Amino acid sequence: MKKLILLVLLGLTSFFHSFAQSSNDVEMADVLRSSGKIYVVVAVVCVIFVGFIIYLFTIDRKISRLENKKK
Amino acid sequence: MKAYWWKFLAAGLVFYSIIGGFLFPVPELPILHETIRNTYFHIPMWFAMILLYVISVVYSIKYLSSGETKHDLLAVESVNVGIIFCGFGLITGMLWADVTWGEPWPNDPKLNGSAIATLMYLAYLVLRNALDEEQKRAKISAIYNIFAFPVMIVLLFILPRLTDSLHPGNGGNPAFSNLDMDGTMRAVFYPAVLGWMLIGVWITTLRYRYRLIDWEQ
Repeated sequence: MKKLILLVLLGLTSFFHSFAQSSNDVEMADVLRSSGKIYVVVAVVCVIFVGFIIYLFTIDRKISRLENKKK
Repeated sequence: MKAYWWKFLAAGLVFYSIIGGFLFPVPELPILHETIRNTYFHIPMWFAMILLYVISVVYSIKYLSSGETKHDLLAVESVNVGIIFCGFGLITGMLWADVTWGEPWPNDPKLNGSAIATLMYLAYLVLRNALDEEQKRAKISAIYNIFAFPVMIVLLFILPRLTDSLHPGNGGNPAFSNLDMDGTMRAVFYPAVLGWMLIGVWITTLRYRYRLIDWEQ
C-alpha cells in the first residue's frame, strides 16, 4: 500500500513537473516592459533612425541640386 | 523633382518595425527568449543584400548587351551597398549566434557559405580596381558578376538546405514556419524586410547618381 501511494505521488510530481516546463516558463524581459524602461530604448533607437533618414534626405537633395546644375 | 514617396514609405516601414519590434508580443521560446526580436533586424539585412545583388547582376547583363557605362556604374554601386548590408548581416548574426548557439561562428554551412560569398563579392571589387582600362574593366567585371551571382545563391540557399544547418529553413524544415513565427511577428517582419530593401535601393541610387555626375565631368 505504502509503495502504491509513493508511486502515485511520484507520478503526480513528474506530471506537474512536465507542466512547469511548458513554454509559459520561458524567461522573458517582463520587468523591463512593466517598468516602462523599454520605451527609453525604443525612443533612443527611433531618434537614431530618424536622424539617419534625415541625413539621407539631405544627401538626396544635394545630389538633385548638382544634377540640376549640370543640365 | 524626383519621386520621394517610396523613400518616405521605406522610412515609415522601418520606423514601424522598430517600434513594433521592441514592443509587440513575441512567442515565448526557450533558448531564443527575447532575442527572437532580432528577426526583425538581422534578416532584413540579408534580404536587402540579395535584392541589391540581383539589381547588380541585372545591370551587368544589361551592360554586356548595351555597352553603356551607366549600367556598369549601377552594377558596381549595387554591390558596394550590398556589401555593407552583408557586413551588417554578418556582425549582427555573430552577436546573435553567440547567445543562442554558444559561439559567434559555429561550423554551420550557411555561415561558411555566406563567408565565401562575401569574399567572392569583395574579389569583384578588387578585380575592378585592378583593371585600368575603363571598357575592359566594365566588361570583365560584368562577366565575373554574372558568374558570381548563381554561386552565391547556391552557397546561401541550396547547400545549407541539403545538409543540417542551425538556421531555420534549412536541413529540411521550411523557413518562417508557424513554429517560429506567429501572425504578430509576420505583421512586423514583412514590413521590416520591405522597408530595409527600399532603404538599400535608396542608398544605391544616391551613390549611383553621385557616381554618374562624377563620371560625366
